[in-house]
Amino acid sequence: MPIADSDVKWVTAPKIGLMEQLYLPAIFEGLQTTVRHTAKTLFGDGAVTQQYPEVEPKLPPNYRGVHRLNRDEQGRVKCVACYMCSTACPAHCIDIVAAPSPWPDREKYPETFVIDELRCIYCGMCEQACPVDAIELTTLYDLTGLSREELMFDKEKLLSVFDETVKAGTDPIRTRAGRLSVASELPVDVGLTNSSSAQS
Amino acid sequence: MGTSLELGFNFWITLLFIALMMGVLQGTCAYLILAERKISAWAQDRLGPNRVGPWGLLQPIADGIKFLLKEDIIPDHVDKLFYLLAPCIAVSTALLAFAVVPFGPTTPPPVLLDYRQVPPQAVWPQTVEEEKAVLEADREHAKRTNDKTYEEKLKEYNDTIQFVIAPHVNIGIVFNFAVGSLAVYGVLLGGWSSNDKYSMLGGLRSSAQLISYEIPMGLSVLGVLAVTGSLNLETIIDYQVKHGWNVFYQPLAALLFITSVFAECNRLPFDLPEAEQELVGGYHTEYSAMKFALFFLGEYTHMITTSFLIAILFFGGWHFPGTNALSGVGGILVKLIVIAAKMVLFIIFFMLIRWTLPRFRFDQLMGLTWKVLLPLALVNIVCVIIIKQFHLSEWLLLPLSLGTLFLVAGLALYMPRQRPRAPIRLAAHVASGPPAVLQDHEIID
Repeated sequence: MPIADSDVKWVTAPKIGLMEQLYLPAIFEGLQTTVRHTAKTLFGDGAVTQQYPEVEPKLPPNYRGVHRLNRDEQGRVKCVACYMCSTACPAHCIDIVAAPSPWPDREKYPETFVIDELRCIYCGMCEQACPVDAIELTTLYDLTGLSREELMFDKEKLLSVFDETVKAGTDPIRTRAGRLSVASELPVDVGLTNSSSAQS
Repeated sequence: MGTSLELGFNFWITLLFIALMMGVLQGTCAYLILAERKISAWAQDRLGPNRVGPWGLLQPIADGIKFLLKEDIIPDHVDKLFYLLAPCIAVSTALLAFAVVPFGPTTPPPVLLDYRQVPPQAVWPQTVEEEKAVLEADREHAKRTNDKTYEEKLKEYNDTIQFVIAPHVNIGIVFNFAVGSLAVYGVLLGGWSSNDKYSMLGGLRSSAQLISYEIPMGLSVLGVLAVTGSLNLETIIDYQVKHGWNVFYQPLAALLFITSVFAECNRLPFDLPEAEQELVGGYHTEYSAMKFALFFLGEYTHMITTSFLIAILFFGGWHFPGTNALSGVGGILVKLIVIAAKMVLFIIFFMLIRWTLPRFRFDQLMGLTWKVLLPLALVNIVCVIIIKQFHLSEWLLLPLSLGTLFLVAGLALYMPRQRPRAPIRLAAHVASGPPAVLQDHEIID
């Protein structure tokens, strides 16, 4: 079947004039661009380079870094040991041992909660799966360790990440009732931040 | 020939210059690599190396230490003799070619004229009797015109420090081209002896490219030589000091020379021998550590030499308006700075062009030299010969030179275009076929 005329856009090769045929004006024009960029970087503030160890990068709040386990208002772990995150995890890096909850408001709580930070692919699916907003990814990106064991983060470590990041102000408590975390929102507030915009 | 007539050179000064220039060239090469990286970075809105020392100024030293201490691997499958020879050739030819290039103030060697003839001609006496007669005539002429005799001029010349390693080499520019062109052996042997397809391709590309671009390079210089009447680089500078820079007479030749130099130095847009994206590394893929560094050293030395050559042949060498009358140590210093500044400017120009023009395809590369540069260079020579033959004003060369450029570009516009090689595929499938306006044109689908 022939292509409809309305779908075809015919393009002619542009006509070359004397100046184009000389090539030199075009080279000069190109040089101007190069020199402009060079001068801008050299004398102005044009460089896009971030001087990393001295200057920390500004990361968007939905950056997917090291995990944390959130605490509720009473300082208890929010997690209800439902296994949704470890089920959703494509890398199988979350290991939870549930136990009957010592608190009356829930059935279970995690006795141990271990994330293998080396195995994790930082996809954020645990965060999306969590029904109580207990697990979140923070903007901590410079995770290093001297051994594999050191990077098996247990419950205490994950809770301390929460304490640290909240204290440092880099990742404030983001989740509120009826609303998903900022991690599921656009980096710039464009008025879409109600619950209906959440991942569905 | 009597010793009194020899154009002399001071052995110790020459030795000092050799030692000095070896050091300066290698140091400059090291810092040119830093400059290259810095300018690349700036052109791409980056900062470039800035960790080793203030502004990264110690980076070349760190690089040098790395090159020296790295394991020097010689792969099993290489032809050892030529594999080892290649970087040596690359660097030694590049350094040798620098011998005749003035890097500071020079004076042209005096020419002995035979005043027994009318008009007087340059003469090289073969026998003692002839020498005596010629000198006698010269002295008489000097007395008549109140000029210095040849012997006085010679003494003056011998007493002046010439800022060139090998002064008064009469075949100067030919020597430079001849030895500099040998660098292609380094590239070719390196590529071939590596016994590896990528290196081989790099070497082959390089040999074809360098040999092709040598022709317009030599031809463009020929115009300058015809006007100057000498191959000696010191005399060429002196001519420009008296008559004005060659670039104002022969801008076309300067343009052709600079273009060819880009290809000779394997610089973008003609860097096909070492197109990293296509050839892994190019002819030096199999080289590591200091041998790799030697290739780099040779290449950057070549760049420095050719930058000096552009400055000397077309931009007046150490001459700059207003600095000519300066004498003494201050004058020497100013002239050294002037020629060095010109050289640095051209190298910066090389580096800026690198981030301006994309790489040529190989057939375009060959097309440019054989179909464009070569005919233009020939026309340029013909123009110079006409001017010389009919004793016309040299200023006529300027409009002739520019006129040639525009004329050729204009002619190229009306040359029949090559038909697009690919068949017009889409047209058959479109309901009404291509519109009539497009029938004669190349169709881009």
